[in-house]
Amino acid sequence: MKVLVGVKRAIDYNVRIQLKSDGSGVVHDGVKHSMNPFDEIAVEQAMQWQEAGTADEIVAVTIGGVAALEQLRSALAFGCDRGIHIKVDEDVQPLTAARAFKELVEKEKPDVFLMGKQAIDDDNNQTGQMTSALLEWPQATFASKIELGDGTAKVTREVDSGLETIEVDLPAVITVDLRLNEPRYLKLPNIMKAKKKPVDEMSLDDLGVERAKNLTTKQTSPPPEREAGIKVESAEELVAKLKDKGLL
Amino acid sequence: MSKVLIVADHFQGKLQGSTGRTVACAKELNPESIDVLVLSNDSGDLAAAAAKLDGVSKVLTADRAENEHPMAAIFAPQIAAAAEAGSYSHVLGPNTTFGKDLMPRVAAKLGVLMITDIMAVHGDYEFDRPIYAGNAVITVEAPSDQILVGSVRCASYSAVEEGGDDAAVEAIELSAEIPTHTRFVGVQSGSSDRPDLQSAPKVVSGGRGVGSEENFKVIYSFADKIGAAVGASRAAVDSGFVPNDMQVGQTGKIIAPELYMCFGISGAIQHLAGIKDAGTIVAVNKDEEAPIFEVADYGLVGDLFKVLPELEEAVSK
Repeated sequence: MKVLVGVKRAIDYNVRIQLKSDGSGVVHDGVKHSMNPFDEIAVEQAMQWQEAGTADEIVAVTIGGVAALEQLRSALAFGCDRGIHIKVDEDVQPLTAARAFKELVEKEKPDVFLMGKQAIDDDNNQTGQMTSALLEWPQATFASKIELGDGTAKVTREVDSGLETIEVDLPAVITVDLRLNEPRYLKLPNIMKAKKKPVDEMSLDDLGVERAKNLTTKQTSPPPEREAGIKVESAEELVAKLKDKGLL
Repeated sequence: MSKVLIVADHFQGKLQGSTGRTVACAKELNPESIDVLVLSNDSGDLAAAAAKLDGVSKVLTADRAENEHPMAAIFAPQIAAAAEAGSYSHVLGPNTTFGKDLMPRVAAKLGVLMITDIMAVHGDYEFDRPIYAGNAVITVEAPSDQILVGSVRCASYSAVEEGGDDAAVEAIELSAEIPTHTRFVGVQSGSSDRPDLQSAPKVVSGGRGVGSEENFKVIYSFADKIGAAVGASRAAVDSGFVPNDMQVGQTGKIIAPELYMCFGISGAIQHLAGIKDAGTIVAVNKDEEAPIFEVADYGLVGDLFKVLPELEEAVSK
C-alpha cells in the first residue's frame, strides 16, 4: 500500500500568539513554528502501517514557502520515505491546496491520503474534504481508529453524538483526530538521516493548478476578553450569588 | 438580495438545535428567503420541525433510501445540485461535526471557497470568524460572484423561535450521482437522559481533578440536581473517565450555556476556547493559581469532593 501524508507548518501549539498592532495579522517573525499537531498524528499513523508491513511507501507532502521544508524534513525524520515540497510564496487557501493535492494524487496514485483534520493556525477544517471531493474519492474525517481491510478501510470517527463507524473503499482521504495515536519523539540519528532523504520541489504551475478565488482578510482583531470575576469563600455564598442572578 | 439554503442537521430522527442557530445567522443577512433542505430517508417529522422555525420560507425534502444516515459523500452532491437548481446565493450549515465534515465537500463540488465558523455577519459577503483556537478573530470578505458556502459557529447564535405560521414543505427531485464507496456501519453514542450538552442552558463539567470514572458520579449527581448537561475536559476524556462526546473545548464541543460550572479543570487554552461564550462561568479548583480563575465570574478555591455535596445542600435550601 502506498500512503501520501500531508503536513503543514504552523505556529507551535504552545505559543501564545501575538497580533500586529495595525490589525494586519498575526506575528510570525521570531516565533517558533512546528508541524501542525494533527498532521503529526497522521504521520505517526503512516509510520505504524510501515512498521506493520502494511505500507510499502510513505510520501510526505507540504505546501508552503522555503521554511516549510523544515516540517517536511520532520516528517522524513519520523520515517517517511521521501518528500514533496509544493513551494509557494503566496497565501494558499484550502480550495487551491485541494486542487494542488488532486493533481499530485493523480501522479503519485496513493491508496490512502492522510492528513490532520485541521491546521491549528487558520482552523479551517476544509482541505481534506475538498481534496476528496475533487478526486471523487470517499472521505473519512476526524478518525480515531482506522482498520484496513481488503481494498477498504473501516474508520471510527469522533462526532458530536459519540463515535461513528463508516467503511470506505480505497483509495480514500482520511483526516485524523487527536485520539488516533500519540506521535513518537524524534531521535537525533533519524533527524540526521532525514537530511539525506530525497525531496522533490515543484510549483503550483508545474502541477498545472488553477488558483481558486481567495477570501480577503480585512482585519485581524483580538477576541472579546472575559474579565476575571470574584472569588467566593463558600459553597453557600456561591449558590446565593447564582440564585440572585436567577441562574439556579 | 440573497437567497439562503440551509442544510438541516439531524440525528436519529431528531432535528438538531444547530439548525435553528444556523437559521438565526442566516436571518442577519436580511435575505429574500431562507429555505431548509432536509436530506433523509423519511423526512416527515424532520421537515415538520424545520417548518416551525421562525424565518424559514420553505422546507425542501428529497427522500431516498441512501439518505438514511448523514454521510458527506452522499449528501454533498445532492446539496450542490439543490444549490444550483434553486439559484441560491448562500449555502449554510452548522459548524457541528456534521457540518464540518459536509460543507467543504459541498463547496468543492460547487468549485467555490468556504468560510468556516461564521461568528458574525457584516454584510452579504463579509463575516467574522475565529482563528488560532479563538485567540484571534478575522474579518473576511468573500467574492460576490459565486455561491457562498459557510458553516455557522453555533455558540455565537441562539436558535430562532419555533411557532407562528409553518413554512411550506415541498418535495423536490435532485439529479445527483450518489456514490456507493462510503457505507455507514454504526454509531456508538454516549447519550443519556440528561440534557444535550450543546444546547443545555446549564452545564456542569469535570476535569482531571475528578480523578476517575467512578468519581465522576459526584459530577453527574450535582448536574442532575440542577438539571444540567454534563461535560468534561480533554484530560478527563483522554484518561478514560468519560466518553469523547462529552469533551468541551477546541477539539470537542464549543458551547454557550447560560451557566457553566467546572470542577477540577485547570483551564487550558484549548478548553477555554470551548466556553468563551458562556454567560456565567463558575470554577471550583483546589489550585488557586489555575488559569480557569482568570476567566471565571465566580471562583471557589477548594476540594471539589468537599464543595460538591455542600453545593447540593445549599441548592436544596
